[in-house]
Amino acid sequence: MLAMNYRGPQRVRIDHKPYPEIKHPQDAIVRVTRSCICGSDLHLYNGNVPDTRVGSTFGHEFIGVVEEIGPDVQKLKVGDTVLVPFNIACGKCAFCQQGLFGNCHESNPEATAVGGIFGYSHTAGGYDGGQAEYVRVPYADVSPTVIPPGMDPDDAVLLTDVVPTGYQAAEMGGIQPGDTVVVFGAGPVGIMAAKCSWLFGAGRVIVIDHVEYRLEFVKNYANCEVYNFKEMDDPVLFLKKATDWMGADVCIDAVGAEAAGNVIQTITGRKGLLQAGSATALHWAINSVKKGGIVSIVGVYGPTGNMVPVGNIVNKGLSIRANQTSVKRLLPRLIEHVQNGVLDPKAMITHRVPLEDVADAYRIFADKLDNCIKPVLIPPSARS
Amino acid sequence: MENLAKNFSHIKGWGIDADPKNDPTYPMKQHRTDEEQKGYNWERPAQQPVDIEVLHSNERPNVSAVFGTSAPPRGLSGMLRRYAFTYSESSWGHWLPLIMADRVNAVEGILEDLKRGHIPNIFAEKGWKAEWKHNPKSLTQKVLVGTLITGAAILLLRGRNKSRRD
Ligand SMILES: [Zn+2]
Ligand SMILES: [Zn+2]
Repeated sequence: MLAMNYRGPQRVRIDHKPYPEIKHPQDAIVRVTRSCICGSDLHLYNGNVPDTRVGSTFGHEFIGVVEEIGPDVQKLKVGDTVLVPFNIACGKCAFCQQGLFGNCHESNPEATAVGGIFGYSHTAGGYDGGQAEYVRVPYADVSPTVIPPGMDPDDAVLLTDVVPTGYQAAEMGGIQPGDTVVVFGAGPVGIMAAKCSWLFGAGRVIVIDHVEYRLEFVKNYANCEVYNFKEMDDPVLFLKKATDWMGADVCIDAVGAEAAGNVIQTITGRKGLLQAGSATALHWAINSVKKGGIVSIVGVYGPTGNMVPVGNIVNKGLSIRANQTSVKRLLPRLIEHVQNGVLDPKAMITHRVPLEDVADAYRIFADKLDNCIKPVLIPPSARS
Repeated sequence: MENLAKNFSHIKGWGIDADPKNDPTYPMKQHRTDEEQKGYNWERPAQQPVDIEVLHSNERPNVSAVFGTSAPPRGLSGMLRRYAFTYSESSWGHWLPLIMADRVNAVEGILEDLKRGHIPNIFAEKGWKAEWKHNPKSLTQKVLVGTLITGAAILLLRGRNKSRRD
């Protein structure tokens, strides 16, 4: 079968790989019909996530058709069309029992700080991902969800990560009616976080980024104020002024390790790998939220240390909320929102690329070329 | 607040998920009795047979019930990875060797390709076709800088060889 193959920093290609096997009684094999490249895949692409081994296949956002099931799979049957949340969750461990499906303890032997994630390095369990024709899906009865009839596959594929992550970012912000919310990053997750902030009753939503076309997009899509930090001397000062010198009630970091905007962070975090990614967006979030405010982090940071201004967190009395998204927990509500037209995820898809052209798709997305917001890869069998 | 006086009718679904009790919101513990203090004793799913080399964090007693099998540790990078796993996740001793192993692994990948008689098409792997189409200026710059650096390196090495011969 065809599968994306990672060869080293910024080098990926399409190769023939063996068809995946059932390795566990609760496994299923899914024939992929759509998969996305995610902003967090760029951390892998750039070689910033430790234990990203050559030969692995990325892709944690995919939907497809169940081809084969293991003997213990009961809810899914061959032929079902499913959306597969990015986190691999057993449903049984202490954390899954709490609804923390993004923190499952039975899906990742390599690390305890992160659960299993499809196509996301050995630090996240060493699973091959969905940027391929077929993929092995463990615990098939727990998270994978049959796509409701009539739902557009382009909407469904964004429900595997981007939509729930944006939504949980807003949810973790504890937004109260009338709150001012600042979202750092106008990628797909930031766009969704801005949109969802209104659902929690925000009174004002501001998005900060440095790419003009992305700001233009989010302004229209999420009805929010947008500002380009390249046009500011100091984004924190700018936001203080814009919020009557108080700071925002809630700040959302939807950027993570690849943040631009600070030379020292870029050198130590992105280029030198001396810290777990550039924490620029997080600095800005912590420093521009009001005292007693909440900072919600969904941007991906690697292990283990960062230069984070913890003194400011203490002195300002901030609450920091952060997690990998528990997609399964949020799906029922979000499916409702998509069906009622409250959310329109597919509007973010700007590029439809044949799976065979995966290297070009990564380049377009990574370099923000051709006004790209969200690329989706389509395997040959899904194109006819 | 003045913002509340604003009319939000242009935003579909405004406030539909607002909940005054939602502060500071998820993830709040559902089990206030501290369910997880019972320890590592949930009814574990069946164990996936461990028939390849799986490195597991020393912060857990076992291999998780399922795991991925995409690329078992091999070669020099594999040795570095095995070493890394003797340290806990909170230690630089764990992460720095892994980052180093990744760099070594990229070189191993090229050697592997060559051994199979496959010359990797770096131009295509880097997606430079797309870069050329949408941003030819930046690609030209990258190639120029690359050529200059390679050229300078070659000159430097030559100079060194010469001086050795003298
Ligand atoms: Zn993603
Ligand atoms: Zn679990």
